[in-house]
This record gives sequence, C-alpha cells and structure tokens, in this order.
Amino acid sequence: MNYISIIKNGIVKDNPTFVLMLGMCPTLATTTSAMNGMSMGLATMAVLICTNVVISCLKSVTPDKVRIPVFIVVIAAFVTMLQLVIKAFLPDIDAALGLFIPLIVVNCIILGRAEAFAAKNSPLASLFDGIGIGLGFTLGLTLLGICRELLGSGSVFGFTLLPETFNILLFVLPPGAFITLGFLIAIVNKLRNS
Amino acid sequence: MKKLESTLLNMVLVLTGVAVVMGGILALVNHLTEGPIAQQKEKTLADGIKAVMVCDDLIVTKTDTVKRNDAKGKELTYIIYQTQDKAGKDLGAAVESTTGGFGGALKVLVGFDADGKILGYTLLEHAETPGLGAKADKWFQKGEKGDIIGKVPAEPLTVSKDGGQVDAITASTITSRAFLLAVNNAYNAYKATPAADAETGASKQTKE
Repeated sequence: MNYISIIKNGIVKDNPTFVLMLGMCPTLATTTSAMNGMSMGLATMAVLICTNVVISCLKSVTPDKVRIPVFIVVIAAFVTMLQLVIKAFLPDIDAALGLFIPLIVVNCIILGRAEAFAAKNSPLASLFDGIGIGLGFTLGLTLLGICRELLGSGSVFGFTLLPETFNILLFVLPPGAFITLGFLIAIVNKLRNS
Repeated sequence: MKKLESTLLNMVLVLTGVAVVMGGILALVNHLTEGPIAQQKEKTLADGIKAVMVCDDLIVTKTDTVKRNDAKGKELTYIIYQTQDKAGKDLGAAVESTTGGFGGALKVLVGFDADGKILGYTLLEHAETPGLGAKADKWFQKGEKGDIIGKVPAEPLTVSKDGGQVDAITASTITSRAFLLAVNNAYNAYKATPAADAETGASKQTKE
C-alpha cells in the first residue's frame, strides 16, 4: 500500500473525530481552547505512533487470546512515559492537560488502530497510519477548539479577536462542545459527499 | 510469519515478557524524569512566591505547615513561606491555602506584607471552568474588576452579592466565594502564626 495514501486516509476518509467518531471523551473535554485541543491531539498522536509501531512488531509473537492485554500494557506504558516527559519538560501543557493525559490509555482510537491496523500490517505502514490518524485527530480537535474558543471567549490561540460582549459562554461549557461537534460533523459530511 | 498459538505456556510467557520489558522501560523513564519533575515543581513554587510577594530578590527564611480547623470543623492545611529580601528585611509571607472551588480543589498562594496587606496572589492548582471560574487568575489582580490587592482581610473579604466589596467573577459566584474564602483563611493562618520567633512548638518546620 502507498504510504501517502495511508496518511491521507487517516486525515480524510478515516478521520477519527468526524468519521470514525472515536475518542469522543477527550474530544469534548479538552477542546475548550484551540491550544488545548491541539496539544491533546499531538499528545495522542505521539502515543499512537509509538504503540502502532511496537504492536505491529509484536504481532507475530502475540497469541490471539492475550492480544488485548498485551496491547493495553504497551499503550499504558507509553502513556505513562509521555505523562512523565510532559511533567518534566512541558509544565504549561501539564497544567492544561495533566488530567486528561492518563485517559489516553482508554482512548478507543489507540486500541482501535492497534486492532484494526497495526495487528495486520507492517511496522512501517503502522507508523504512517499512526501519523495519519494522529494528524486527523489533531486537526479535528484543533478545529473544534478554534470554533469553541472563538465563540466562547472571542479569541483564537489566545489572541483576542472579538470583544467580550460577543462571547457566548455556552460554547466553553460542555453543552457547547456537543453543539459545535454536531455542526462540524454535519459540515464535514456535506463537504465529503459533494 | 505464523502467529504463536494460544497455548497456556505461550500466553503466560508473552504477557509476562511484555509486562516485564515495559515495566523496565517505565522504570528507566521514571528515573530519568524524576529530577526534572522535582525541579519543575520547585521552580513553579519559587516563581509563585516571587510573583505574589512582588519582589524578585527574596529568600524563603522559614516554611511552616499549619493545620487549622475551619468554621465547619474541617481540618485544613496551610503552608506559610516567610520571606526576606536580600538585605535581610522581612517582607511578610506567602501563604498556600486550599478550598473547594466549583470544579475541585482550589489552591491559591497569597502574599501578605507584615501588616497583613495583600501583595499579590496566584492560583497554584484549580479545576474551574475555562472561560468562567478559571478567570480567577486575572480577575482579582491589581486594576482588574475584582481587585483585592492592597486590601487587609482582617474583616473577611466577601463578594458584593453577600454584602461585601469585591465584585464576583461574572457567572462564577461559587468560584469567587471559594477564592475569597481561601484568601481569608490564608490571612487568618498567617496572623495566627508567629513570624519572627522561628522555634515555636506550635508550628512544625517542614522542608520539601
């Protein structure tokens, strides 16, 4: 398979946020601002790339009946490493996302890609799948974060664009996440079908 | 390559093997990041103390951990950092105080001068709603709407809704109340702790 098309698949055809609808919990919870959404997306991508490659390497020595526990051990180990590294070197991101990083372990994108892709394909293809799906997820979260931040706090990536009187608080709160996501999915579906 | 069969031996071996290897890698990463994480924590705290005391050149002379009961009889812990400037002049103290906010524990660091006047504050830890309660990090600063800098909380600070003089954050009265309570508690803990005579039996010296 062509590696470029694997990446494109992850971003467009199999976009985890808008098409596969996987990993909705972090999607809704962390996208209160564009920066938070993007950081969460990148953190998930880092984990996804590592786990995809390792699981793909392990696929031939993993008996079928214990494959899920093996995958989960690998995923949990990488997430914990990421958390430690972020805590040590990126304190600002830790302050914003600290709570959500451990949740990457149970993010169904990671296990989903391990099952659906890495367990069947070569490590190199899995690497590209990780990049593609990771980019797709990052893109989805950043887009959602931009919309919510703009509507809710009148800024994008911390730069104020709208005066405070135009802020709609609802969009920063959880219901705003659902509403924005619904509209974004509708728009993306419309664009994909046309 | 053919998959390993799911015999008991294979399963036990593979799962154990993966767990051991991953555990080993984790231990290594933990070892490598331990130092930087501790430094990071110290730096955050040290920066916070400098910010709330509005002084760049200061030294923490004494750290007290004080346990006090609040009005409802719940035991709360305060950490008081007594500070001096380079010349040895007492600046007052930065007090760490925790209350329950809207979304979880709200931990603030408040700087008081020797008279108990608020010099500055910073949020060390919070889980308030972004865009609402999370505005507390700026709202009560100098020149902002809920300015508390320079006030002495001898008479407890309260939001205007409760008859006080401080404007609450728009749509976040609970956070504002929790924040002011933390500040008031910090003041009381500070006032109840003797600053100069370091070796009192009442306050336990701790070092982190």
